Amino acid sequence: MIQFTLNGKAITSTAEEDTPLLWVIRDEFGLTGTKFGCGIAMCGACTVHFNGSPVRSCSLPLSAVANADIRTIEGLANQHPLQQAWVDHQVPQCGYCQSGQIMQAAALLASNPSPSDNDIVQYMSANLCRCMSYKRIKAAISSVAAKSTEVVQIYQPARTDKEVS
Amino acid sequence: MNPLQFKQLNTSRRQFLVGSVGAGLLMAFAPAVNALSTLTGSASQRLDAKLFSPTVWFEIDSNGLIIVNIAKAEMGQHVGTALARIVADELGADWQQVQIRHVDTDPKWGYMVTGGSWSVFQSYLPMSQAGAAGRSVLLSAGAKLLGANPQECSLENSQVTWKNKTVSFAQIVQKGDIDKVFSADELATFSPKNPNKRQYIAKSAMALDIPAKTNGSAKYGIDVELKNMVYARPIVPPTRYGCVVKKVDDSAAKKVKGYLGYQILQDKSHTLQGWVSVIAEHYYAAVKASNLIKVDYELGETATVSEADIIQQGTVLCADPTSGALVVNEGDIKAVAGQAEQSIQANYHTATALHFTMEPVNASVEFVDGICHVHTGNQWQSLFLPVVAQALGLAEDKVLIHQYYLGGGFGRRLAGDYMIPAALTAQALGKPVKLVFTREDDARFDCVRSASVQQMQAYWDKNGRLLGIDHAAAAGWPTLTMAPGFLPDDLDKKAKYDPFSISGADHWYTLKNHRVRAINNPLAQQTFVPGWLRAVGPGWTAWAVESFMDEIAHHMQQDPLAFRMALLDASGKNAGKAPEAVGGANRLASVLQAIKAKVNWGQTLAKHQGMGLAVSSGQERTMPTWGACVAHVEVNPNTGVVKVLKLTSVMDCGTVVHPDGALAQTESAMLWGLSLALHEGTAFADGQVKDTNLNTYKPLRMNAVPELDISFIQNNEFPTGLGEPGLIAVAPAIANAVFNAVGARVRSLPIQPDAVLAALKA
Repeated sequence: MIQFTLNGKAITSTAEEDTPLLWVIRDEFGLTGTKFGCGIAMCGACTVHFNGSPVRSCSLPLSAVANADIRTIEGLANQHPLQQAWVDHQVPQCGYCQSGQIMQAAALLASNPSPSDNDIVQYMSANLCRCMSYKRIKAAISSVAAKSTEVVQIYQPARTDKEVS
Repeated sequence: MNPLQFKQLNTSRRQFLVGSVGAGLLMAFAPAVNALSTLTGSASQRLDAKLFSPTVWFEIDSNGLIIVNIAKAEMGQHVGTALARIVADELGADWQQVQIRHVDTDPKWGYMVTGGSWSVFQSYLPMSQAGAAGRSVLLSAGAKLLGANPQECSLENSQVTWKNKTVSFAQIVQKGDIDKVFSADELATFSPKNPNKRQYIAKSAMALDIPAKTNGSAKYGIDVELKNMVYARPIVPPTRYGCVVKKVDDSAAKKVKGYLGYQILQDKSHTLQGWVSVIAEHYYAAVKASNLIKVDYELGETATVSEADIIQQGTVLCADPTSGALVVNEGDIKAVAGQAEQSIQANYHTATALHFTMEPVNASVEFVDGICHVHTGNQWQSLFLPVVAQALGLAEDKVLIHQYYLGGGFGRRLAGDYMIPAALTAQALGKPVKLVFTREDDARFDCVRSASVQQMQAYWDKNGRLLGIDHAAAAGWPTLTMAPGFLPDDLDKKAKYDPFSISGADHWYTLKNHRVRAINNPLAQQTFVPGWLRAVGPGWTAWAVESFMDEIAHHMQQDPLAFRMALLDASGKNAGKAPEAVGGANRLASVLQAIKAKVNWGQTLAKHQGMGLAVSSGQERTMPTWGACVAHVEVNPNTGVVKVLKLTSVMDCGTVVHPDGALAQTESAMLWGLSLALHEGTAFADGQVKDTNLNTYKPLRMNAVPELDISFIQNNEFPTGLGEPGLIAVAPAIANAVFNAVGARVRSLPIQPDAVLAALKA
């Protein structure tokens, strides 16, 4: 039994400890916005935040997240400015990778509120978009980066449960 | 049946019904008159009793909400938005009141296929007419309520207005007494709106499917959960055909918590040969267990086939002048070859390419009251529904496919073969099953784009005049395996061929002597199921056509752009036909002229930089989207690495129905073209693809995206497809740019640094 915080809520998983976090999030807790793509941490479709850092949940065993704070795309609750920017720039095509793209981009802005074009390209090249919506992903991130202070504020999620030990 | 007839399967003459049903107003296409002998009665009766077979329809509820039913797969092209805007424009709808609904495979929705960049092209006229017919009915009914003559009323934004009085669609529908049948002839009198009166078509719009794709709520096939379901993973056998399971040893898997057992799948359709599925309470348990299960097989015959074997077979067949199907035969190329004073020959290759959709293929299946419900994202439900039924030993009306968003289509989901292991497992277990392929399973079961070989020959007379071109193209043919009924006869009526494995070779350049042979590569066909991959035929035939055009121009010491322009004289068959190909090669020449100015063609570039050009007229001669691409590249002569600095495209697809969607599709297609040109390719080894995940298969990422400059010719011509054509010209434009930069001619896709270095030394 592993306890952790999922989108601000304390939960306990009964899954085997070697189960990748991805399947726990999707199949045990029904949050299907996080996607399965490659299973080897190379496409980024499964990106979630682990204590604020982006991780590939397909390759992270449940045992590693004990007492951690995990946030998924659902945890952004349509409040993150990147989500509106994704709509404004009409970024998604098939959309399958976009939860991961948004989580990766949110992590970038949280640690680097004013990324250069090159910062964005380097950081986001860890995520694959098979529809190749890269131009719009970059434009959407740039548009939000310009309003960066707001982003950092919004991104820091309020803790509703116990703190990470 | 040629591709156009195929497209017209659903667009034969038929009636249009508008009637009050329940509390709403329903509008639907009915079958052609000759199929209606049993379908009589008023529109309302027939709609209510579902005595019709519409291919598209829409409805208005008593609140005025307009729901446009979309029988097309949503895989990133925002097709529902484009189609709904066509209806809404003609109907006079308030766009805020319009919603779309993706539908299942109930026969009432008609034949279901999404591919070929056909959706807007096929649907434009019927959707326009349906909208206009609906408008006329609503206008009459509204006028009646207002006590006015319809001719004195106006209709816009879901309201009928007479003087200062208005009545809304909602109020009209609430009256509930509409009953109107339009004959095919009456329907044909509705022609699309005058372009300057359009309200939604060719105007900007936010795609309706996008918000859900930014917050995790969009539902894909892999997100389906069925009550009491178990999870499964297939064990994909070592060869596509001929494997027989001899023994399964699951002793090691038994220690996996949640492991429930395995099934040896008995597929009556023989699509799957030698398959085992592994079942568990959780997906990861199924993955772990399957990794511990040992299956002994009797192997199929292709267990040792390599990419080199396939290429070798294609090369031999191209060189044999008697092989293949005759698809183009202008003049007399044999005579020309005999008389020619000069000739050149070049062979072009493309490597096996994966679809690699981000969502690995999957399906969830349950049986309810004897009906097999398949939940999955798919592009061609009408092709594989009968196969699923056959595999299960059921009648076709016992299978229903429910549609979800597709986590990438690109042609992979035209094949619905991945539904079969899920359906067979659910049938054997008597329980709902969600079967998901791992990424590696997905790659090994992919219907890949076949490796190809193309042999090109050009001939000149003693005065250096180009006499003609001979083109032979050999590959595995998707249509031969998956839809053999769609193979047309060749010109001689001696052979059948796959039009989707040769289109693009029948280009719009005027050549006195021009022969094209489409050749099936039987070794490819036996080793794997060849697939349709984005841009399909022209996606690889243009590699040879447009590279060779450059080689010919250089041989003649002519500018490659001026040389092409001279051949685009729009004479004879290249004059084009209204409506969809109106203007013919003249429109391609205009695109070429536009891009010439745009890139300042002929400018002096830095050392080791070059510009290359290619044109496209995808996807078919019967639906040409005119395009040109110029690549600006830099080549490192020491490493052979090609860097694409900029891609410029000019496209003419007639009326651009959904402008931002069109731009997004073209950005996407061009970067696919770049990815296939430089980054993507695998090879068969021991009967299977070598690269099965991103550690070795490396599609383009953001750090390799060049500057993109895309523009559309603005006109009001008939809209043609746009999901794929932007891809076609990119690879040859890059190769031609490499030649322009450093004089190295590369003839294999993907373009590898080693090949550039080798060509530099040649």
